[in-house]
Amino acid sequence: MPEPVISLDSVSKEFPTDPPVRALSDVSLMVDPADYLAIIGPSGSGKSTLLNVLGLLDKPSSGSYLLDGIETTELRDGERTKLRGSRIGFVFQSFHLLSHRSVAENVMLAEVYRSGAAKRERKGRRDRALRALDRVGLSHRVDFLPDRLSGGERQRAAIARALMGGPSLLLCDEPTGNLDSRNTDAVLDLFDDLRDQGLTIVVITHETEVSGRAKRRVRITDGILVEE
Amino acid sequence: MHLRDLLNEAMAGMLARPVRTALTTLGTVLGITTLVVTLGIAATAGNQIVGRFDELTATTITVEVPDDGKAVIEWDAIDQVTRLRGVTTAAAVAETKQSANLSVRSSKLVDPTRVTDQTLTVVAASPSLPQAVKGSMVEGRFFDQGHLTRKDKVVVVGEQAAKMLGITRLEGAPAVFIGKHAYTVIGILGAMKRERNLSTAVMVPPTIGRQFGLKDVTRVLINTSLGAADLIARQAPLALSPGNESLLQVISPQSPTRARDGVQNDVNSLFLILGLVSLVVGAVGIANVTLVTVMERVTEIGLRRSLGAARRHIAAQFLLESTLTGLTGGVIGASFGVVAIVAVSAAKQWTPVLDLRLAVVAPLAGAVVGLLAGLYPSLRAARMEPVDALR
Repeated sequence: MPEPVISLDSVSKEFPTDPPVRALSDVSLMVDPADYLAIIGPSGSGKSTLLNVLGLLDKPSSGSYLLDGIETTELRDGERTKLRGSRIGFVFQSFHLLSHRSVAENVMLAEVYRSGAAKRERKGRRDRALRALDRVGLSHRVDFLPDRLSGGERQRAAIARALMGGPSLLLCDEPTGNLDSRNTDAVLDLFDDLRDQGLTIVVITHETEVSGRAKRRVRITDGILVEE
Repeated sequence: MHLRDLLNEAMAGMLARPVRTALTTLGTVLGITTLVVTLGIAATAGNQIVGRFDELTATTITVEVPDDGKAVIEWDAIDQVTRLRGVTTAAAVAETKQSANLSVRSSKLVDPTRVTDQTLTVVAASPSLPQAVKGSMVEGRFFDQGHLTRKDKVVVVGEQAAKMLGITRLEGAPAVFIGKHAYTVIGILGAMKRERNLSTAVMVPPTIGRQFGLKDVTRVLINTSLGAADLIARQAPLALSPGNESLLQVISPQSPTRARDGVQNDVNSLFLILGLVSLVVGAVGIANVTLVTVMERVTEIGLRRSLGAARRHIAAQFLLESTLTGLTGGVIGASFGVVAIVAVSAAKQWTPVLDLRLAVVAPLAGAVVGLLAGLYPSLRAARMEPVDALR
């Protein structure tokens, strides 16, 4: 059996507000390589907190989280940042493309902070970005500024950025939230292709159309995770 | 993170909002321009003041021979000094305590009614004396090498001495008696700008001076071109008396550099304060705009953190952006400053004085201002939690 990409064991997250808020409660979750998982739930259910924990943007209060077999809860801030940069590709609802940089430059940005981005790695960076853009079908838009792209194209550019460097996990937060139905379909088709190529995808969504395309669904309600 | 990547990201950040960056640099531009103009104009004007008002004192050197007899300057050593680059004229003078009180009397033929017995100073001088004292002949001529060679018994009297002796015209070759011997007066020297006491003296050729005990040179008068006095003051003793140079006493003018520094200090302090105030204002401007930029770019910071940027990468990028902004302001300010100095100098027909070090120090000062101004905003950016930044 291959090692799971994500292994959450009894993870809880509490925020020290008054009164304290328990956003995640005893969550356990295994995601294997090439899984396509949708995490669904109403707003305020703990979806975003779970995404932040999975993306190493936030630390759980208790429990353990293994990413590619690496225990992450004991890691220092800098080590978690390195792991995040090298193993996780993020796709956000509002794309987060830098408006004054070309599509290719936005994609290349993914390699800038990679640990040991030495001369050797700088070389060929643009070629790698062009290949990533080719994978998402944006070869004809490489030198465009993001403002001149359609919503679907922007999201595909953001996906190309997430694919740079071959991450273990594509973590998507409401990836179609700002897209019309035609562009939504295009992005979901792309996710299908990427999964078929062996990429592990976790999508957080409240849209049934998106969750319906995933191979596996979990529902989170009041911080409690239930497999559907 | 590669240094070139960091530089690329910082440059891209700066150029993303070119108008804002240009306005932000304005404060530094003003501050650095003021500083460069202040230092440059003060140096230029200072130099000009020295040149205009102090030309006489800044170009005269007197070398005195101590009367202990240890050092000797030969009369023909004057030629060695005159050859030095920067020396315009030089003359040797011999004068002793005895020669300062000699009885001089004009011939009764000049004016039989007048009492013409005077106690005057007699000095021996080389033929170049009129030029060395910047004087001119009121009547007649000064003695020359020919008089010396022939050992002619001739004298030149100072303008005041001539009046005291009742000599007004030289037709008829009036004579004066120094002691018992008679000498023909061939000229009256006046309008001296230095050594004005020679106006009441009787000047004799060195060959005649020996008769009054004026054997050795006691004083050498040197005039230099503007700016050469310091150098000549160091070189002259060696040229005059090789081997005894340290025994000679050189009286040189106050160094022009010191005079100029004095002028500069007065002008500078006020304008330097103005320049520094402008720089502080510029720094506050950069700090403010960088802080606003950090707040505006919160999601960008979050994105970079999600892509693997460590806190130090975020801090370094914003710090470099503000430093580059300051550096740009410094470069532009230094350029404006230099242009202003040259323009003012051209308008006033002055020689612009530009310290080359300013061309390096001024932009650096701008960069340091930017660096300091960016410290707080950069730390704010680095402290941001990625979760909060992406929310």
